[in-house]
Amino acid sequence: MAVIRDVMPAFELLQPSSVDEAHRVLQQHAGGVWVLAGGLDTFDWLKDRIKRPQTVVDLSGIEELRGIRSTSDGVEIGAMTTLTEVMQHPVIQQQYSLLSEAASVVASPQIRNQATIGGNVSQDARCWYYRAGWPCYRAGGNICYADTPEGRNREHAILHADRCVAVNPSDTAPALIALEAKFVIRTRQGERVVNAEDYFIGPDIDITRLHILEAGDLLTSIQLPSRWAGAKFYFEKVRDRNVWDFPLLNVASALLLAEGKIERLRIAVNAAAARPLRLTAVENAVRGMPANAATGEMAGKVAVKGAVPLQFNAYKIPLMRNLVKRAIGGVEEAKWAS
Amino acid sequence: MGFLASPLQWATDPWGKLVPIHIAWFLIWVSAIAGLLFLVIHATYVRYFAKPRQFAVEGSGLPASAIPSRVPRHSLAARLFHWVMALAMLTLLFTAFLPKVGFQFPWVTYHWIAGVVLTASILFHILHASFWLDFWSIWPDKIDITDACHRFLRFVGRDAAPPRKFAKYPLENKLYHGAILATGLSAIGTGVLMMFRVRTVFFPRNPYLFSDMTWGMMYVLHGLAGVGLIAMVTVHIYFAIRPEKIPITKSMIFGWMSRDFYLEEHDPHRWMVDSTAASPHSAQTEA
Repeated sequence: MAVIRDVMPAFELLQPSSVDEAHRVLQQHAGGVWVLAGGLDTFDWLKDRIKRPQTVVDLSGIEELRGIRSTSDGVEIGAMTTLTEVMQHPVIQQQYSLLSEAASVVASPQIRNQATIGGNVSQDARCWYYRAGWPCYRAGGNICYADTPEGRNREHAILHADRCVAVNPSDTAPALIALEAKFVIRTRQGERVVNAEDYFIGPDIDITRLHILEAGDLLTSIQLPSRWAGAKFYFEKVRDRNVWDFPLLNVASALLLAEGKIERLRIAVNAAAARPLRLTAVENAVRGMPANAATGEMAGKVAVKGAVPLQFNAYKIPLMRNLVKRAIGGVEEAKWAS
Repeated sequence: MGFLASPLQWATDPWGKLVPIHIAWFLIWVSAIAGLLFLVIHATYVRYFAKPRQFAVEGSGLPASAIPSRVPRHSLAARLFHWVMALAMLTLLFTAFLPKVGFQFPWVTYHWIAGVVLTASILFHILHASFWLDFWSIWPDKIDITDACHRFLRFVGRDAAPPRKFAKYPLENKLYHGAILATGLSAIGTGVLMMFRVRTVFFPRNPYLFSDMTWGMMYVLHGLAGVGLIAMVTVHIYFAIRPEKIPITKSMIFGWMSRDFYLEEHDPHRWMVDSTAASPHSAQTEA
């Protein structure tokens, strides 16, 4: 593991007070700039001296990036809104409890007070080989140290691995995908709005990033449409230590029922791949079926099709199967047959 | 600053050793610009400065009518090989370098599949050329070297005998073939071994097959061969579409070249065409 030195290398700190100013600053320094949100991911990198940006742009002084606002079609959450604010906001709790639940299980209360939703969805991979500064694929090198017979890969990917087997560690990301959220990004060309699932990319597309933000881009807000407000939600996170840990796997689903049958479902899992996975095959398979254990059982099997375990993470396959099963059939009905 | 930077990228491996990891990606632009520069200079030279070509006048001893109007040049198998190889090569170049210059897509699977196709086609070509074609026709011979010297002397204004007409392949073709052979085989050899680092259907992954240093050198060689091929393929395509080379390009499509072109460019003593040989379209061959 890397030695934490606690003294960060020197960098130029810029603290814009508006989105326009931040955008201008990011364009000017696009090459060697680092965007600082809550700092939970950033300070690990900087203190370990593995990332050495020349310029850090601190977004904490931009008020317009904070807060949760009602819109004509749902709510809009500023990218710098803390996870505690997201978790405690009455509209989120009442209409989008999936997101408040996901936010409530991120790390610890102290971290949630500081961490932002924009940072949570944009954080980097937690693979320790990568975080230790070794020259792996994700760091621009030509090897994955985790995907070897001896590699410590218990937490790594079972799906869509492509050279790199690191996973996306965000808890809010699958909830946002299930809620059909849209991410608003300020780019060089102007404002761009993307679907939540399109914000994330796997190593097959770009092995050095987990999301689509280019240098100079800024995630400004996340929009939740009213379409799924008040739906039947399910979120579950499995982790080694319940007090504070990244997910071994999590699942988020939003379900609309009509006469006991599944009218529409959106379901996503994270920590199974380098990007949160929307399980469209499951969504299609269960449409029109009753939301019970049998449907959940079938959905679980569909969900893990194509999974390839590494040396130490085969447990993730039954884990994912059962989380999907519980997301559809409910905890009470689920039978831990596998 | 890019051009002043190291042509290789280095990293420290877990054992503290400095190892190369791959080439610096600015070499993509170096190669692309070199290829384009070559063709601009060549086109300018041919258009404004080149003197008309002059060959030594030697009778073939054959009446022109003894040569078929369509001279067979490439068999169907040879042409199929060429175009399969070309398709695989272009796929390899695009899948390798487009992501490096900003066009993101899932390239790895396409890349190794194209690499497998290229490898298979090259193996076929080696066997085909060794046992069914005139193997030595693509390698420079003594006459090529002598004529090249004469051409150079005449180019710099010195007295020298005019060169003879070409055998089946001009010297430039032969040299290009040699260069593409060396570069292509470097890319293929390293590429096949690099497949041990990704998941394929052929063999289990084994990233520890070689040391970090050996792997690094392999990635560097693969990268250098790859960027070298950008310039080489650019130059190849440029010559293929030059007006005076079109008959050669057409012969790679249809299998034959015209009797006039054959007699104008090629020495029937050095590339003997069986006067009774049928062209790929024998029904249209004149007596």
